[in-house]
Amino acid sequence: MKLLAVIETSAPLSSLYHIMPSFPWFGMDIGGTLVKLVYFEPKDITAEEEQEEVENLKSIRRYLTSNTAYGKTGIRDVHLELQDLTLCGRTGNLHFIRFPTHDLPAFLQMGRNKHFSSLHTTLCATGGGAYKFESDFRTMADLQLHKLDELDCLIRGVLYIDSVVSSGPSECYYFENPTDPDRCIQKPYTLENPYPLLLVNIGSGVSILAVYSETNYKRVTGTSLGGGTFLGLCCLLTGCSTFEEALEMASQGESTRVDKLVRDIYGGNYERFGLPGWAVASSFGNMMSKDKRESVSKEDLARATLVTITNNIGSITRMCALNENIERVVFVGNFLRVNTLSMKLLAYAMDYWSKGQLKALFLQHEGYFGAVGALLELLHPA
Amino acid sequence: LFWSGSTVAATMAEWSGLHSSTSRHTMDKSITLPPDEIFRNLENAKRFAIDIGGSLTKLAYYSTVQHKVAKVRSFDHATKATSDELYEISVQEEVTARLHFIKFENAYIETCLDFVRDHLVNTDTKVIKATGGGAHKFKELIERKLGLRVDKEDEMTCLIKGCNFVLRNIPHEAFVYAKHADSEFRFQTTQPDIFPYLLVNIGSGVSIVKVESEDKFERIGGSSIGGGTFWGLGALLTKTKRFDELLQLASKGQHTSVDMLVKDIYGGSYGSLGLTGDLIASSFGKSATADKGFPKEDMAKSLLHMISNDIGQLACLYAKLHNLSRVYFGGFFIRGHPVTMHTITYSINFFTKGEVQALFLRHEGYLGAIGAFLKGAEEDNPNQYSWGENYAGSSGLMSVSPDMNPMQRARSGTFDMLEMDRLERKLVNLPLLQDASSYIPDTVDLAEDALAREYWLYCFEEALDGVVKRALASQPDMPEAAERAEKFRQKYRHKLQTLRHQPFAYGSLTVRSLLDTREHCLNEFNFPDPYSKIKQRENDMALKYYQKVVKSLEELSWEERQFALIRGVLAGNVFDWGAKAVSDVLESEPEFGFEQAKRKLEERPWLVDSYDQWFERLKGPPHKCALFFVDNSGLDIILGVMPFVRELLSRGTEVVLASNSAPALNDVTNGELQILTESIAAMDPVIQAGLREDRLTLVQSGSSSPCLDLSRLDKVLAMVVRERKTDLVIIEGMGRAIHTNYYAMLSCESLKMAVIKNSWLADRLGGKLFSVVFKYEVPAAGHDSEALTPP
Repeated sequence: MKLLAVIETSAPLSSLYHIMPSFPWFGMDIGGTLVKLVYFEPKDITAEEEQEEVENLKSIRRYLTSNTAYGKTGIRDVHLELQDLTLCGRTGNLHFIRFPTHDLPAFLQMGRNKHFSSLHTTLCATGGGAYKFESDFRTMADLQLHKLDELDCLIRGVLYIDSVVSSGPSECYYFENPTDPDRCIQKPYTLENPYPLLLVNIGSGVSILAVYSETNYKRVTGTSLGGGTFLGLCCLLTGCSTFEEALEMASQGESTRVDKLVRDIYGGNYERFGLPGWAVASSFGNMMSKDKRESVSKEDLARATLVTITNNIGSITRMCALNENIERVVFVGNFLRVNTLSMKLLAYAMDYWSKGQLKALFLQHEGYFGAVGALLELLHPA
Repeated sequence: LFWSGSTVAATMAEWSGLHSSTSRHTMDKSITLPPDEIFRNLENAKRFAIDIGGSLTKLAYYSTVQHKVAKVRSFDHATKATSDELYEISVQEEVTARLHFIKFENAYIETCLDFVRDHLVNTDTKVIKATGGGAHKFKELIERKLGLRVDKEDEMTCLIKGCNFVLRNIPHEAFVYAKHADSEFRFQTTQPDIFPYLLVNIGSGVSIVKVESEDKFERIGGSSIGGGTFWGLGALLTKTKRFDELLQLASKGQHTSVDMLVKDIYGGSYGSLGLTGDLIASSFGKSATADKGFPKEDMAKSLLHMISNDIGQLACLYAKLHNLSRVYFGGFFIRGHPVTMHTITYSINFFTKGEVQALFLRHEGYLGAIGAFLKGAEEDNPNQYSWGENYAGSSGLMSVSPDMNPMQRARSGTFDMLEMDRLERKLVNLPLLQDASSYIPDTVDLAEDALAREYWLYCFEEALDGVVKRALASQPDMPEAAERAEKFRQKYRHKLQTLRHQPFAYGSLTVRSLLDTREHCLNEFNFPDPYSKIKQRENDMALKYYQKVVKSLEELSWEERQFALIRGVLAGNVFDWGAKAVSDVLESEPEFGFEQAKRKLEERPWLVDSYDQWFERLKGPPHKCALFFVDNSGLDIILGVMPFVRELLSRGTEVVLASNSAPALNDVTNGELQILTESIAAMDPVIQAGLREDRLTLVQSGSSSPCLDLSRLDKVLAMVVRERKTDLVIIEGMGRAIHTNYYAMLSCESLKMAVIKNSWLADRLGGKLFSVVFKYEVPAAGHDSEALTPP
């Protein structure tokens, strides 16, 4: 079923490009909160090529590769850069860039200033924004988007990145001893024979996919309680304004002052149902009391929000894994960026509540797979 | 009004003066619902249980209720010579058991405990079972005030016990909520087997419990995102402290300004996944980027959606994993709040694409108290009996809803009551129902049929004066009867008014429920059998004609007789004090006779007429056994039914006569029928032989309603039906064959006979007054054999 959709969307493209597409090579994923951009920088440019290369193309390459920040909010995640990658017979580096979706107009303005449209490139884009902003790309930057399904791209990107990363830190990793904070350490994981696989993409919202092969997958469910909820609630509760700020506060807070634990109600474990005293009985449950509302800190509230959202994703995921009979879960998406707290919580929750049956896996390039998938579509139409 | 306007402190101060004799009189005037109408029958109370939640306390107790019942007894032959009457009627005191459940705000707990203590006499109770989060907090207070030892019971165990109890004993306990439908509440029919089910209890957190049998249940999961999250997070976001206020805010808000919708990301829908543009992609997703503040209402609404959707999703995942389709929702988050019932229902529909329905319970708030009570009453073995909701003593659903009826809310917003009477007989399904799980007794759901509702409420209101008069006349020697009759009038009128505004208050509103409510109210004020004297007079009169009627039937040819017998049953059925058209005639022309009745009957072809098929069937082999649900006393039973029974017996068919266990209108009761049958047997050798040879059996139906619920019948009746391999069911009368059971599908042959004695109903059915319904049905092949196999 999904396979069909892929063929349909790619049909016009493959008829246009029988040979290698012209530079620059971009893949773009326009989400609800963030725009993710991957850029392939060819490093094997011959002198001849360099001569022929138009100035606009050079300027774009230089601008992207010589900076790590663009404008006020654009950032290149240098640590994720993949070097000496061979794509379509060309060798080069893959760069990972992100900026907030609300700054897309500034990005389009830049594209216009740099005469991007003169390069006659096809911009492969996925994510909801590829649809929502299609006309803006056309009117503001004279660019035609090639729109791609975000879940197709996501899966393609995950499988590709996992297959090409050979040096440096392992792309896929897990936490050993997740239930023991003192001994919990990050360990590499080889994602060989990855199927079946539950893929949980935590962006602004959450999508959960059961993946049986590169082209055979289904979206099992999703939840609206995702990264956007964490940040949105944190902004309202603490007055913070960025994800990093919210995470920083969360790292300093104590959620047990905000949440009502099983032991707060039962004095200890709820033996009758095997519930440990430390388990959260009611997220934000202590906030029903006026006194406690007045005594919590912003940091506590941020931490409780993070724990609430993360645990909820964990339990929905666990139920899906049981219903689909899948034991391996890969968590991706930008909610996990620099968010070890949530990753460890997820690892813990998966392990504890499944009594060790479920394994939580994570990927280094957590939020960029959709964009990578879009780039692959440009080079190798499926 | 007293309870609604003043502050709690003032109220309690005033109430605490209640017990001094000097202030009592004035207090009663100012309190619309005096405490002795709340904590009823405390003098005879024993076995207390209490469930103290976050804001509401539920008190439960068991009491023995002494009330009057009408009994009939044959005169012995010595006295009979001096009396025209066949039997004597006496009103006796009978003691029955009743369960009382009272719900009130925690603020009143101290005052209520004082009241209970002051009125508790002669109780040997030493402990009070307690459950709920507040049981611990109030333990010391309860022990001090009541002098009872608090014995705590596990909350979840109580909840499940209570849930099983209401599902088993209260028809129409569960309902589906549909906000935009004609009737918001769609009550579910009682399932023969209530297990297995999923209970999703949304308190401060969420517990998901799988219940497999009375004693076997398991908490299979839960979530920390529950009512406490809505309340706590809501209070932080909106600075609104009360849960109810938060819900009110939410009901007024727009979540789209706070939530990131699919269309905010995609510009429209996400077509390939079938996700519509209005779907929430990220709850609170817009509040990160916006610099402006948000209206409280919008944030509350967004929070409500977020939590409801999340709970709904988890419930669906658990239901799917355990392959369960019955999912009940309860807990303070749900408790009668249309807002949360709506959002949960929406969520369940969305996630299961309609495969699973969210079910709610009318008495959800009482489950913990009921369960705690049952734990303490195990030695009385309450689960071995059937119980029935007493409509007279119960407040009904949503009496606290702010939107429904402001008057109602002000009056009983503080106290809500449920009373359940122990039924003397254990009630079960008729084994001959084709499909017990889909059987719906009532023909018309008045909640969905506004015109019919309008008419019947009017009709019952109009008839009230006559009923009061009749009740009064039945107790000429009792001086306080007038006062009681007046109280009855007020009570029933109030019930009718409540039902006008809240047709869903006691489950599906039907003609049957209106009739039953009236009977409950009459009993409440000790009018156990207003028609006893009339029934007696008519029975005596009819008996005089019995032999004459039989003789004239004997003179007919076989063919003519079969038709005359049916006409006889129908003519007898014209006599019905329950039908307004007839009671008017009866009131004005007491000599209205059997022959006149026959002339009133519609000529064939009748409105519903399968007499030809019935006649053809009679030419065939006799039935093995006929079960006959009889209707009225007097001419109906004696001159209509009995000759027909006689013919069946002569054909070689055994007959089981099922009559009401207790009085309702002028319906013949089992007690009366025993006496009548004996005196007919004395005149008629066929009936006599039938009784002697045990081919004619009298059983009680277990019902005391003018209508008939085939899913709640006396266990003995069900046993007899099975043993005798019953292959014909005859249901007679408007109440039993038209208001109820008109569409009932039986696994054997059935005959439904009635005369329509209500012009509105006749009009509706396309007939006229005294139109005849004669419905003979044979089940499709393949059903008759399997139905009689013992389960």
